[in-house]
Amino acid sequence: MAVAEPGQRLGWTASGDQWNRWLRRHEWARGYLLMSPTILVMLAMLVAPIVALVVMSFWTQHVLEIDRTPTLANYWHLIEPAGPDDETAYWLGIPFPFKRAVYIVLLLKSILMSFTATVAVILLAYPMAYFLAFRVKQHKMIWLMAITLPFWTSYLLRVFAWKLMLGFGGVINSGLMKLGLIDQPLEFLLYNPIAVVITLAHAWVAFAILPIYVSLEKIDRSLLEAASDLGDRAITRFFRVTLPLSAPGVIASSLLVFIPTVGDYVTPTLVGGPTGIMIGNSIQSLFGKMNEIPLGSALSLVMMLSVTLIVCLFLWAVGYRKMQRSIA
Amino acid sequence: MVRLRIDPATAYAIFFVLFLYVPVLLIPLFSFNDSTVATFPMKGFTLNGYRGMAADASLINALKNSLMVGIGVSIVSTALGLLAAMGATRYAMPGKSPVMGTIMLPLVVPSLILAIALLVILRQVFDIPLTLWTVAAGHVLVCVPFSMLVLMSRLEGFDKGLEEASNDLGENAWMTFWRVTFPIALPGIIASLLMCFTISFDEFVMAFFLSGTDQTLPVFLYSQLRFPQRLPPTLALGSSILAVSVVIVLVSEWLRRFGVQSNKPGAF
Repeated sequence: MAVAEPGQRLGWTASGDQWNRWLRRHEWARGYLLMSPTILVMLAMLVAPIVALVVMSFWTQHVLEIDRTPTLANYWHLIEPAGPDDETAYWLGIPFPFKRAVYIVLLLKSILMSFTATVAVILLAYPMAYFLAFRVKQHKMIWLMAITLPFWTSYLLRVFAWKLMLGFGGVINSGLMKLGLIDQPLEFLLYNPIAVVITLAHAWVAFAILPIYVSLEKIDRSLLEAASDLGDRAITRFFRVTLPLSAPGVIASSLLVFIPTVGDYVTPTLVGGPTGIMIGNSIQSLFGKMNEIPLGSALSLVMMLSVTLIVCLFLWAVGYRKMQRSIA
Repeated sequence: MVRLRIDPATAYAIFFVLFLYVPVLLIPLFSFNDSTVATFPMKGFTLNGYRGMAADASLINALKNSLMVGIGVSIVSTALGLLAAMGATRYAMPGKSPVMGTIMLPLVVPSLILAIALLVILRQVFDIPLTLWTVAAGHVLVCVPFSMLVLMSRLEGFDKGLEEASNDLGENAWMTFWRVTFPIALPGIIASLLMCFTISFDEFVMAFFLSGTDQTLPVFLYSQLRFPQRLPPTLALGSSILAVSVVIVLVSEWLRRFGVQSNKPGAF
């Protein structure tokens, strides 16, 4: 290999030399230079499309033509109050006095379904993470892999599996009938919000275990011994020491599940039926067969902003920053 | 006195693993069932579903598309992930956390939103036709954050002295990369390639919105789910996709662990 000689430098232009010297002196510039291809791709494919979505949401659609004068019409369309002649929509017995209440109701319903799935995920994942952190002494890696493996298989297939499970002639119904426990297939299993919640919980639980497991694993075992020595029973010790110390993991898991599931499209489409549809279905049809792209953009943004707002409120309510500081 | 005690946590773990695996395992189970409906009792063993699958020309075409997209996406995403991971682990930069946050954004934004945002800019702004290229672009967006996470965990704790030594001994930056950085990052690179391939191979929402007439395998599978009479080959296809993902993930995980254990550069 050629050894760098001072003479080689002479071939370079003066500005190139200066540029090199400047790069060598500024560490951050070298870092950004190295990251620049990734940053450019992300700007082009993530930031620009989202900016386009924001811009589009201020345009209006007139049948086949798009009017590019910026207006708030789409946002107004989503929240316009009902006139005296409009019928008031009800959801869970609550009146929604909006002209097109369907969007707001669907958004709230998606948030509620996603929230229920998140709670179910945490309740299912926590004992398993606890088992992994405190009971498994050998082959921890094999356990962890066995738990996370389903997460890496096709999401579409995992959702489809629940269709096989819950369907009218599905596994649960035909199994129960074979066992003689029921005479008629149970119709309430598939195509409703509960089926969506079960499927979402199953699809995300493997992912949610990891942050909880990590936070449990980090707990200093001498703290647990101290609690026992000072007279705490196992259950009090759990609520006074283990649970508070694993709270950051629980919070991270909740967000990991809640944020992406509000806008889920595959699950409600496959197992939701007419009553189990979510906001994602509405967004899809606005972009698809309804061809209302500006309104669809506005609805997508309203959904994302609502989720962001809920997450911020949640983090503020649990005092996440304070918690992080006290643990670190 | 000997008492049989079942630890509640262990009992729960068994329940949990069953809950996790039983629904998914129904797909391969019923793929061998000699019936067009997935119900108990099962009718008998058959490979007809797999025969029907292999004879379907549009399925083979979709498989070819998925393989092409998957291989392309895994190479491009890993290259981008490696550059970003090298930059992020090695240099102190002002504004690093917002930049990293943006790169990680596809992990939390629903893929539906990412897909329609890309669709809007492709169709409305640039009027680019939807092809496998647009699907691949969408998949790169989803894969880069995963690739970057895998490679950052590999490159963290990387001994900077090795690169400095290489420079001092007269290698230029390019050769230093190939002779020092690349071999050390190699297990992470292979893990990232495999992981990105599985993500792309299984990804549905992006492909559904961004594909034109050429379908990928999950989009094809989705179109088949609507026809009950085609259930046997669809189940066979689903089982095959599951098997491919499981094998690739196991290999990639094994490589990653193997890589972590042999952290000494001399091992390669």
